[in-house]
Amino acid sequence: MLTLPPFAFARPTTIEAALDALATGDALLIAGGTDLLPSMKQGLFAPKTLVSLGAIAELETLSVAPDGSLVIGAGVTLSRLATDPEVAARCPALGQAAALVASPQVRNAASLGGNLCLDTRCPYYNQSEFWRSALGFCLKKDGDVCHVVPKGQRCVAAFSADTPLPLIAYGGSVVLRSRGSQRTLPLRDFYVADGVKNTVRADDELLTAVVVPPQPSGTRAIYRKLRVRQAIDFPALSVAVCGRQDAHGNVVALNIVVGAIAAAPRVIAGLDALAVGRKLERALIERVAEHVRRQCQPLKNIDLDPGWRREVLATEVTRALEQLSSCGPSSVAFGANPEATEETS
Amino acid sequence: MEAVVSDAPETLMALTLTVNGDRVRVAVSPTRTLLELLRYDLGLTGTKQGCDKGDCGACTVLLDGRPVNACITLALSVEGARVDTVEGLADGPRLHPLQDAFVRLGAAQCGFCTSGVLLSAKALLAENPAPARLQIKQALSGNLCRCTGYTKILDAVEDAARALCSKGQQP
Repeated sequence: MLTLPPFAFARPTTIEAALDALATGDALLIAGGTDLLPSMKQGLFAPKTLVSLGAIAELETLSVAPDGSLVIGAGVTLSRLATDPEVAARCPALGQAAALVASPQVRNAASLGGNLCLDTRCPYYNQSEFWRSALGFCLKKDGDVCHVVPKGQRCVAAFSADTPLPLIAYGGSVVLRSRGSQRTLPLRDFYVADGVKNTVRADDELLTAVVVPPQPSGTRAIYRKLRVRQAIDFPALSVAVCGRQDAHGNVVALNIVVGAIAAAPRVIAGLDALAVGRKLERALIERVAEHVRRQCQPLKNIDLDPGWRREVLATEVTRALEQLSSCGPSSVAFGANPEATEETS
Repeated sequence: MEAVVSDAPETLMALTLTVNGDRVRVAVSPTRTLLELLRYDLGLTGTKQGCDKGDCGACTVLLDGRPVNACITLALSVEGARVDTVEGLADGPRLHPLQDAFVRLGAAQCGFCTSGVLLSAKALLAENPAPARLQIKQALSGNLCRCTGYTKILDAVEDAARALCSKGQQP
């Protein structure tokens, strides 16, 4: 039996009241609680106060802005994202990623904002206090050594959320509010490669919404997730691809984002020079897959061989691009949805 | 809805919810999970405490009709909600068609996962009265069973779906 450490509880009904409660210090936000509560049971967090977001109706709206952007409240559950017709029409890979998170039970409780702020994970961190104490703890919590990179000075716990990858590939942004101020920043700039805290969200800020810009006609996106079991597991590797081809099959735009490699998602650089203006055929797909493989160096921050993960990454990118171009077999292996190729218009 | 605030961890807070159709009003600590509330405050031990961290699904209950893991749900977060547990499935001495199929087809072996599986299956059949086998697998993908190999569970859910359809009943 795992019990929770003591905490006080606030359940405000407005964003303003939540920000006030958060500003009292030593408070953490809780939405679905599916990430935070297991960690609290393992002694990883012990806040003085939990501020619940569950009674704030404003966080649960999903609407289309006049410019065609989809604005999704941070409190929208992953099950709703997975079935919402606006999400399916405008950014289907986001719905597909949401549908691949954990289990139906978790998706019914977990929120989009919680998934974006998911704690990084590591085999040396997500353990009981007793287990962690036996190794003298680690950089991420209570210790000063990294068991993944023994002489490392920076935590390399794995970025393990699914929904941020397609959102970054679509060019999505997040809205952060604190008392008296609000800022919007591209989701790709929201993350930093520090496993201890891998977002730039300040402690007094609340992520209130996600904005997905309208996609040019013909944009297609795919999310692929590799894991040992087809449910419950966090990704051992994840890839989001978003791109567009012209009428001749030449690439007009291509974004690739890789997750579960380091503490932040890896936005692949240099794709414009490599791919834009060229036909998305076998030769180019192989070059892009090799390009991605070279930029990603998996570590032992997940219980699977890093070398194997690196090789499989090239395969996953190849399959995603084949699906994108429809020039190859529409593989559904490794957790991809059969409907993984969708077109937005 | 009014804001709820407790100033100190030890403060008990009032909670009202509906459990298996009965309105319940209790005082709980903020640290109480829904699972602990059901098992230790209300005596409803049909909901099982397995991994206690949201992995195994043994604690699955229906929250406003949708399956959730009660072990990682704070009791205070279900204010005003409807909670259904395995104790609410049978109609007096008459087993629910899902329970009946599980007994007849041997879908419960040690039984520890069974109450959670039954509730995930109930939610599925309420939404989709004639699910394909793959849809049943997906709906039960958050419920781990270490005995059956799942085959008999899937058979039993299919059997119950047929029974409910033929009787024209709601799950």
